[in-house]
Amino acid sequence: MEKPFAITLDVGSSLANKTGSWRDERPVYVHRLPPCNDACPAGENIQGWLYEAEAGNYEAAWRVLVRDNPMPAVMGRVCYHPCETACNRTHLDEAVGINAVERFLGDEAIKQGWRVEPEAEPSGKRVLVVGAGPSGLSAAYHLALRGHAVTIREAGPMTGGMMRFGIPRYRLPREVLDAEIRRILDLGVELELESKVENIETAMREGGFDAAFLAVGAHLGKRAYIPAGEAAHILDAVSLLRSMEGEERPLLGRRVVVYGGGNTAIDAARTAKRLGAEEAIIVYRRTRAQMPAHEFEVEEAEDEGVLMRWLSTIKQADEGRLVLEKMELDETGFPQPTGETEELEADSVVLALGQEADLSLLEGVEGLVVEDGVVQVGPDMQTGHRGIFAGGDMVPAERTVTVAIGHGKLAAKNIDGWLRGVPWEHPPRPDVVTFDQLNVWYYADADRTVAPQLDAVRRTSTFDEVQLGLDETNALFEARRCLSCGNCFGCDNCYGVCPDNAVMKVDEADGYKFDLDYCKGCGICAKECPCGAIIMEPEQI
Amino acid sequence: MSAPDKTRIRFYQTGSFAVGGRLLDPEQRSVQAEGERTNAITCGHRACQGCGEALGARYALDAAVRAAQGRVIAANATGCLEVFSTPYPETSWQIPWVHSLFGNAPAVATGIAAALKAKGREDVRVIGQGGDGGTVDIGFGCLSGMFERGDDVLYLCYDNEGYMNTGVQRSGATPPAARTATTQAVGAEPGNVFGQGKSAPLIAMAHEIPYVATATVAELRDLEQKVEAAMELHGPRYIHVFVPCPLGWGSASSDTIRLARLAKETGIFPVFEARDGVVSGVSKIRRRLPVEEYLRPQRRFAHLFGDPGRPDVVARIQAGADRNIARFGLLEDEGEGR
Repeated sequence: MEKPFAITLDVGSSLANKTGSWRDERPVYVHRLPPCNDACPAGENIQGWLYEAEAGNYEAAWRVLVRDNPMPAVMGRVCYHPCETACNRTHLDEAVGINAVERFLGDEAIKQGWRVEPEAEPSGKRVLVVGAGPSGLSAAYHLALRGHAVTIREAGPMTGGMMRFGIPRYRLPREVLDAEIRRILDLGVELELESKVENIETAMREGGFDAAFLAVGAHLGKRAYIPAGEAAHILDAVSLLRSMEGEERPLLGRRVVVYGGGNTAIDAARTAKRLGAEEAIIVYRRTRAQMPAHEFEVEEAEDEGVLMRWLSTIKQADEGRLVLEKMELDETGFPQPTGETEELEADSVVLALGQEADLSLLEGVEGLVVEDGVVQVGPDMQTGHRGIFAGGDMVPAERTVTVAIGHGKLAAKNIDGWLRGVPWEHPPRPDVVTFDQLNVWYYADADRTVAPQLDAVRRTSTFDEVQLGLDETNALFEARRCLSCGNCFGCDNCYGVCPDNAVMKVDEADGYKFDLDYCKGCGICAKECPCGAIIMEPEQI
Repeated sequence: MSAPDKTRIRFYQTGSFAVGGRLLDPEQRSVQAEGERTNAITCGHRACQGCGEALGARYALDAAVRAAQGRVIAANATGCLEVFSTPYPETSWQIPWVHSLFGNAPAVATGIAAALKAKGREDVRVIGQGGDGGTVDIGFGCLSGMFERGDDVLYLCYDNEGYMNTGVQRSGATPPAARTATTQAVGAEPGNVFGQGKSAPLIAMAHEIPYVATATVAELRDLEQKVEAAMELHGPRYIHVFVPCPLGWGSASSDTIRLARLAKETGIFPVFEARDGVVSGVSKIRRRLPVEEYLRPQRRFAHLFGDPGRPDVVARIQAGADRNIARFGLLEDEGEGR
């Protein structure tokens, strides 16, 4: 018999000794929920698409992304990225620039012309979507993917809703918006512009629709009573931002005061600056810390020279001047008037005090409940009236594009289930991975690649985009900073560190497998797994 | 041409720290990441759960086998490694392997090297190996002789700081204050005595042999690189591998690699290499930690903590680590890295 080099005796092998019988715990590969995915209002599998992006498989990454969100290029510009706030990497150095990578993927898709196709056979069911904003478009997309015939009716002259009429161009270039909407419509979604739905039940009956998704948004600027002289120039922020889409640029004057502390107030003040105002002043009755606007937007506005007046209300408005009253916080943190006043020059006042939804189309709909000016929906996004679902700014939730897109997806899944008679159930949600469940020793130190910003001067004078994107090398670098929390990313650690050679490599898709004949259950693999994708489970003895 | 430095890979998630990685070029991965690695010690061996020595020996030997294109013969001293791998008639060895006595592994290796030389077999490389008992204590005369005669052997010492196979007795490599079966945690000076014991790597360096290095099971790439460097040279070479022992140290079986990492990061175990008797490189501390982090998870040091504990003894151990750090320059220079 041919023997291996220098072997002369037949001996038994220790393979006969199945050391797996020593084990009282066994390692198990798991998928846990990364905090970014947990935090995403649109329910994106962020870790999943970063996994593909890390390898430079940008199209595959984009395809994972658009399984949940049809508008990555828009998202990459306007999302407030709660994923980055939740990112475990913040405990190590800085959060992964998820938003910037998403934008890179979205732009790449537009550049390369990647498209999606319906995944299901035509169902023969018809769904009416009211409103072509982010929520309506998202619902239309997900319904079309599932084989339903979708018609969108939009009251306005253009698609996009608040993405077009509320978000300034410098944050979201219109060609990007148009390209992503076009891709949704290309799925066969029918679009009727300037077609206001006066009554939803009539519209459904006459159009022969099996279900409806309402997403009319909140486009009516809230007014506040301000004693004003006749010549005072007062307008609301929603109208101001909407008029930016028209031919006529609104005339605001040299000194513009914006009243309010939300993101819309910031957008209005920055827009005023770009329209030529020498001074744009935000007047807010509470303090900076209490502003609902996102911190980075406030910072960018300040960089552009937008001024802030905290703890102030407008008491009186006249031509060219305002009377402000100073406020102070009481012990519960509420602002209270002090009686102390001061004057402020202002050519116009922009009110950014929140928006309301126009719900006139719902009059007389049985079972449907409106509270605090918004439509009440269940966890399935269904209103009190069977077959009518709603989402976006017209239901109670945070009013952001991402939340709206998430609503559209969730509603579409439930509408699909409802139409097919098989109610959709949320898959079980695994535990969120915490930082202490990772072994961060293994991650290399790296600083965040900050997307270069346009020079502040240039930014205020034009409507060019403020945040420049990543290019391929730094997008790849940024993606590779992902810790892959709770999900194997193929680092070979478990395979290497086992003292008993009891970890087997299967292949890249299936990762690794434990050889329970020999695994002694020492637990080194679980402890040395960088991303917390292995747990030890007690054996049934 | 020398191999690429696998200990400094940048621009990737886990860089040079993890075993391999799906995104790395094959030549950037460690030997242990290979699907077809030798597995010099195969499954079914009877080492305890989480054995650092089984792991360290496989790491080192797989790298040596690859460097020698499969032509390696190993002579093994008595000890855990020998006992757990070869209960008759089973063997875990997938390389030619011989065991003779506790104290003569270097001499057996010398003999194999001499025989190969006589036969003109330059392609076959010889390894001697043993634990710290067989190397630092019992086989030390043979080892020193192998060094001073210039024999062409790579000697690997797997240091778990005591005679673990026979019931955890003190060896010349047991650290101060550690409790063993022969150094009980009693009296004014509990555990092993300060000022005893020796550093086998430094003594090896005093022989001015071509290559001496220390390594741990926590830094696989560094360990493999050192084995490869040693295999490129001829003459006597010595690598001292730090291998935690869950049984003897009273640590969790899952903590083996973590403890090796802590030993290095605290300065307890300096990781360096030396050529011709002169230190030629050190593995810098990445995130410096107090020795307590290393001592606390081990029951052999439990008498130092508790109430009232022995902060004075911990301070002496810290002073020893600080001395290592200063002596070998284990900290990154200011402004370099982090």
